[in-house]
This record gives sequence, structure tokens and C-alpha cells, in this order.
Amino acid sequence: MSTEASPGDADRAHAVNALRSYGVGLVLAAGLTLASFWVLHTQLLWGPGTGVALAVLAVAQMGVHLVFFLHITTGPDNTNNVLALAFGVLIVTILVAGSLWIMTNLNHHHPQIPATYLHSLPYDSHPLAAAPRPKY
Amino acid sequence: MSGATTVIETAEVAAQTSKRTIVGYGFWMFLLSDFIMFAAIFAAYAVLSGATAGGPVAADVIHLNIAAVETVCLLMSSFTCGLASLAANLRKPVWTQTALTVTGVLGGAFLALEVREFAGMVALGAGPQRSAFLSAFFTLVGCHGLHVSAGLMWLGTMMAQIYAKGFRPDIMRRLLCFSLFWHALDIIWVAVLTVVYLQGAGS
Repeated sequence: MSTEASPGDADRAHAVNALRSYGVGLVLAAGLTLASFWVLHTQLLWGPGTGVALAVLAVAQMGVHLVFFLHITTGPDNTNNVLALAFGVLIVTILVAGSLWIMTNLNHHHPQIPATYLHSLPYDSHPLAAAPRPKY
Repeated sequence: MSGATTVIETAEVAAQTSKRTIVGYGFWMFLLSDFIMFAAIFAAYAVLSGATAGGPVAADVIHLNIAAVETVCLLMSSFTCGLASLAANLRKPVWTQTALTVTGVLGGAFLALEVREFAGMVALGAGPQRSAFLSAFFTLVGCHGLHVSAGLMWLGTMMAQIYAKGFRPDIMRRLLCFSLFWHALDIIWVAVLTVVYLQGAGS
């Protein structure tokens, strides 16, 4: 027998175990999705906390999918799959958090021109078009 | 005599398992790179979601009940795809084809709902050219939809190959990759549902 498991391979020797894995995954995923919709509609939670709760539930559900559907587990036969996943998560985090950080920072330091003001002017008379380039 | 045969069989099984593991691992690499591509599109959406240019905001154009039905379709299809792998491992052609058919029908229902949603938005003047937010919306949700379309074509091909060639090791490896792809689509959808639909309706 190989000591490495392929991603996606359930317990191939025991069909009942594999079936149970898919069933548990389905129930957990459905429960977390229901919880997400509940979080959105309930008045019990503090408003600004809703986004955080939704994010946590989504990450939890992705974990459920990875473990019960793709069978990426922490078992000794799965080390390579988990390491590759960890690297992927690192890149995704840097990409998303970095983009948001940089763009929010740029927005913060850039004067916002009201849309109504822009639309009232002919294209060439945009104040930024005529302004001298700032020196950096 | 029988001892020698057992050794050869064990070696063959080990080689076969190893090939399956390598193919699965390689496809896992592809899926992770696909996640990174989606991360870039998600980042663009997050940055541009407020840039509505006086047009509709997310809450104006999305329908949570449609998104809920789409979610049920994809989640159930992920489950039936798992059942198909299970049936294929047990070498049950009828159950494999049945589970794959149900997977395809659910995926098709998801896609039909999404196309209807897009057509409705374009008819209301909320097409991708209306604002940066809507460009990002159609790019993100549409890219996931394109993946589902590609998955459906692959699904049809797999059903034909299983029918024509049976459960050969190479066909089983392709089926493994297909099921990984289909489950991965559901993971992306969880993120789309949360970031675009639930957060959009809540804001």
C-alpha cells in the first residue's frame, strides 16, 4: 500500500466510512449555510458584527468541504496535500488582504470628487486634468 | 509460486496507487492555482464593490432567495458527485451513471438560474458596463459560472467514457480529478455566496 493519499480519495477500502463522510459533510455544510442566512436576518446580533460572523461561517464551511468532500485531512498520508493547501491559503491571504489594504490606503489619501460635480462638467475641464502634476 | 504472484500483484497495486496519488496531487496543485486566480478576482470585487457610479448597489440587484436555491443545487450536486465516486470505487456502473446524471441536472439548474439572473440584470440596465461594481460582479460570478459550464461538459465526457471504456485505471483517475474539480467549485461558491450575496444584501 502507498503511504500517500490522493486528494479526493475517501476511505476506498470501506464504502460505509466513505458514505458516512459525504453524509456528515452534507449535513454540516447545510447547517452552516442555514446559519449564514439566519445571521443575516436575525436581530439578535450587533449589526457591525454580522460581517465577521458571515466570514467565520464561510471559512468553517470551506473547511467542512475540504475535509469531508475533498478528504484533505491531517492524517499522516496527507502531509503533502495539506502543505500545498497551506501555501495556497498564504498566497490567497496576501493577495486579498494586501489589495484591500493598499486600495483603502490610496482611497484614504486621495480626495474624493463628488460624482454630481464630475457629471456637471465637460470632460476636458476636469479639475485634475488641468492641475499641475504633483512632485513626489 | 503463489508467493511470487502475490509479490508481483502487490507491486502492481503499489504502482497503480502511486500513479493515482501523483495525478490527484497534480490536479490539487491546479485547483490551488485556480483558487489564487479567484482570490485576485475577489480582491478586485472587494475593492470595487462601492464604486457604483450612481448606479445600483449590491442590495438593489441581487435576490437572496435565488442565491439560496442556487446554493442548495450546488451543495446537493457536490454530495451526489461524492456518491458517484463511491459507486465507481465499488464498480457499480448503473449507480455511477445515475449519481453523475443527478449531479449534472443539479449543476444545469444552477447555471440556468444564474443565466436568468444575469439576463434580468442586463434587461434592467444593470449590465457589466454600468459601473465598476457591476463589472466586478459579472467578472466574479460569471467566472464561477464559466467553471460550472466547463465542469458540466467534463461531466458529460466522463459519463460517455465510463459507458464506453468501463472502470479502467485511467478513467478512474479522470473521475477523481473531475470530482475534485466539482467539489472545488462548491468551495468557491461558498465564498461567492458570502462575499457577494449575503454581505451585499446586508450592507
